[in-house]
Amino acid sequence: MTTQSHLAHRFQTLIVGSGPAGIAAATCAAEAGHRVGIIDDNPNPGGQIWRSLRGQSTPDTSHGDGASEWYRRLTATSATRLQGWSVFDQPEAGIVRAERQGGTVHLHYDNLIIATGARERFLPFPGWTLPNVMGVGAIQAMVKGGLPVAGKRIVLAGSGPLLLAVAATLRAAEAIVVCICEQASLRQLAPFALGLAADPAKIMQGLRYKAATLDVPFHTSAWPVEADGDGILRSVTILHHGEKQQISCDYLACGFHLVPNTELAAMLGCRIEADNVAVDELQRTSISNIFCAGEPTGIGGLELSLIEGQIAGLAGAGQDKEARLLLDKKRRASHFADRLAAAFALRSELKELPQETTLVCRCEDVPYGSLKQHHSWRAAKLHTRCGMGPCQGRICGTATHFLLGWNADSVRPPLLPVRIASLASLEAPLNSATSNTQETP
Amino acid sequence: MTTSYDAVILGAGIVGAACALECARAGMRVAIVERDTIGSGATAAGMGHVVAMDDSPAQLALTGYSRSLWTRLSPELPASVEYHACGTIWVARDEEEMDEVHRKLAYYTAEGIEAEVLDSNALAEAEPNLARPLAGGLLVPHDAVLYPPCAAGYLVEQAQRHGATLLLGHTVISAAHGQVTLKDGTALQAKIIVNATGSLAPALTPGLQVKPRKGHLIITDRYPGYLHHQLVELGYLKSAHSSTGDSVAFNVQPRKTGQLLIGSSRQFDSDSEDTSVDHKIVAAMIERAALYMPGLPSLSALRIWSGFRAATPDKLPLIGPTEDPTVFLATGHEGLGITTSLGTARLLADHLLSRPTTIPLAPYLPSRLPSSYLSDEAIHV
Ligand SMILES: Cc1cc2nc3c(=O)[nH]c(=O)nc-3n(C[C@H](O)[C@H](O)[C@H](O)COP(=O)(O)OP(=O)(O)OC[C@H]3O[C@@H](n4cnc5c(N)ncnc54)[C@H](O)[C@@H]3O)c2cc1C
Ligand SMILES: Cc1cc2nc3c(=O)[nH]c(=O)nc-3n(C[C@H](O)[C@H](O)[C@H](O)COP(=O)(O)OP(=O)(O)OC[C@H]3O[C@@H](n4cnc5c(N)ncnc54)[C@H](O)[C@@H]3O)c2cc1C
Repeated sequence: MTTQSHLAHRFQTLIVGSGPAGIAAATCAAEAGHRVGIIDDNPNPGGQIWRSLRGQSTPDTSHGDGASEWYRRLTATSATRLQGWSVFDQPEAGIVRAERQGGTVHLHYDNLIIATGARERFLPFPGWTLPNVMGVGAIQAMVKGGLPVAGKRIVLAGSGPLLLAVAATLRAAEAIVVCICEQASLRQLAPFALGLAADPAKIMQGLRYKAATLDVPFHTSAWPVEADGDGILRSVTILHHGEKQQISCDYLACGFHLVPNTELAAMLGCRIEADNVAVDELQRTSISNIFCAGEPTGIGGLELSLIEGQIAGLAGAGQDKEARLLLDKKRRASHFADRLAAAFALRSELKELPQETTLVCRCEDVPYGSLKQHHSWRAAKLHTRCGMGPCQGRICGTATHFLLGWNADSVRPPLLPVRIASLASLEAPLNSATSNTQETP
Repeated sequence: MTTSYDAVILGAGIVGAACALECARAGMRVAIVERDTIGSGATAAGMGHVVAMDDSPAQLALTGYSRSLWTRLSPELPASVEYHACGTIWVARDEEEMDEVHRKLAYYTAEGIEAEVLDSNALAEAEPNLARPLAGGLLVPHDAVLYPPCAAGYLVEQAQRHGATLLLGHTVISAAHGQVTLKDGTALQAKIIVNATGSLAPALTPGLQVKPRKGHLIITDRYPGYLHHQLVELGYLKSAHSSTGDSVAFNVQPRKTGQLLIGSSRQFDSDSEDTSVDHKIVAAMIERAALYMPGLPSLSALRIWSGFRAATPDKLPLIGPTEDPTVFLATGHEGLGITTSLGTARLLADHLLSRPTTIPLAPYLPSRLPSSYLSDEAIHV
């Protein structure tokens, strides 16, 4: 156990998540004079997109999309930055607890800004549990972390702009990206592509991806129906415009667009509407001192996340007027989000992917056949143990929501597996905001 | 839909499920009405310890009888029920508690329940992860653990094989005088109505002395071999017995999955639908457990949940007729309903069919408790 097992801090504004939304929120709230804390479960700040390479404690600023400027602004404030801490529950109103390597910290807040981002959606199909079939985010992280993929044949499949982003990373690492299979049809994507062109920042991003992936076949109306191998992946069968095609490969990376991480908000009692955290124009949730910014309010991409973060940070610090100045920009950016959602809406044929014996819950080994017999998530969970494992339904709950239209249970603490001791530490002395839990220089 | 039955069972918890099977097996036309899904109430929240418990002679009679019914049923239970006759060890911390071990041994033996005293070394050998030294314990080898929702599911399935009808997703709004009315307006005619709605039973049968008593459990990640028996501190009965105030006791169960289920807590006066986690009581549970198993705090917890036991003033269930000749009760099982479900169902069916009972029904008859009719409590569901 570490010496930090009983630390506590008090903040006027506490932000959970140091992705773009959280960094923008923390910066604005701190610049407005609030005593700010920002906490994130990754050793490095930056969230999914700016997260730094292994071993570095600053974000990956090579993107040129504002990362370095935002990080410079944040570090110029007195905000306390806590990296590597996972927020796991709220023992009483106004306090959340977080854990890191067995140590626990109590964070008292006046305002809380939830900026917990998004995760990939996985859909089960025969063979998806074979070694070397993985998430696109996972392969991206592994390659950034040093996995050698030069000369390896990799198929990217699923849906969403992330496939292109990851193709770029893989190409840069000299992998052979055999093809990208996007389930959406060209017709569905066209308005999105046009939309990109209407936005200068997006053009830059779009072009960069396009250049890097120029020599990669990009199939639309294509998706994986089966992965094959003898203990390890050998090939994937793709359905492309209705025709089956077997492609040999070393890795298959899948991801069917993103799902917002709404669990913390739900556990704290914030209203969830149509799978997103419900917020008003100033990012206030249904609970008066809790705000939400970035992907949990709806998948909208980097720019909208940054704007929402700024609005939440300003509004949380009482600067409503300044926050309102950003509303026009937010409106424009959310049009992009709407187009994103429409472009990458999942086609219903994907519901036919799992066979009776395809595992849906990997933690508890529950096949699709035994799930289908039940009429609700709760019934299936109680009687098959689906969703009872360490991931607590993050993966299979998301999949069955799409496959069977089920809605997950209420969220129970802890949000993620924690040491039992962490659940017992109730009282903690209050330290000043400048204590030794400040991790980043 | 048929709307006329010999028996309509309200609630598909483990008690309702067992009653449905006994009635259907006896040839009655049975319907089971459940507002949510099978085993979704206290049955989903419970620990699934099938245990002989000696709080009172009547409690030992019913738990001992029920336990023997589980033992008999166990060979036919599907794997999903995770039935595992791991036995219980009642753990004694000091010599005073060892005296209790010997008292308990004599009592159990007299009732025909096998038990064996473990000294300090034997206890440490049986459960190496317990704190040392502890004074010893009482091993009750034929106690078992099971996974309650699937046990309830199995009993319902068997009832259906005997012709019972399962109506899921239907809330009962009234049940009296031979008629059960569902929220959608459907009326079912029933010669016999069995109220097995657990802690919610007073909503349908006003005046019952049943109060919700909240309990919390913690489930861990998988640690195969960490624990071999269900361990309960000898102080458990003191905790279970106190009728007022909050209490915790050391109670830990090995699951077939290798997971540990850690209990237990008791709290009155809670809103019977509010299952939010009370962090203070959870902390107290953990501190208590750590006294007995110092390694527990460093294990990984996956989830905490809570549920409600249906508590009666004398800690015995309510089984049998009410003033309404069509309404029968099978509720009030407090912290033992998984165990006593089978005995309850058998006793009730014997009573309904005028068969002789194996153990006397009298201690559990609702008429033993004065009913306090509170008319406006009746309507809220
Ligand atoms: C796997 C993946 C890869 C992506 N890659 C790209 C890319 O290459 N290019 C691109 O343009 N977009 C990418 N995106 C999309 C990108 O994440 C968003 O556009 C945008 O960055 C979202 O910003 P955010 O601040 O809302 O969330 P995020 O950047 O996701 O930040 C949220 C942060 O909160 C942390 N967190 C969540 N819960 C807790 C908790 N309980 N306790 C502590 N911390 C917590 C997370 O670990 C994360 O660091 C990716 C998304 C995913 C899921
Ligand atoms: C923390 C905890 C630990 C426990 N540990 C153990 C243990 O180790 N061993 C043991 O033997 N017992 C244990 N118990 C006790 C045991 O769980 C209960 O006694 C048992 O589950 C009661 O079953 P039941 O069928 O009476 O009630 P329930 O399971 O609550 O079933 C009642 C059913 O009725 C339904 N219902 C209610 N109202 C209506 C309505 N109006 N219309 C239609 N349906 C309705 C509900 O949805 C529910 O499914 C424990 C309990 C708790 C809370």
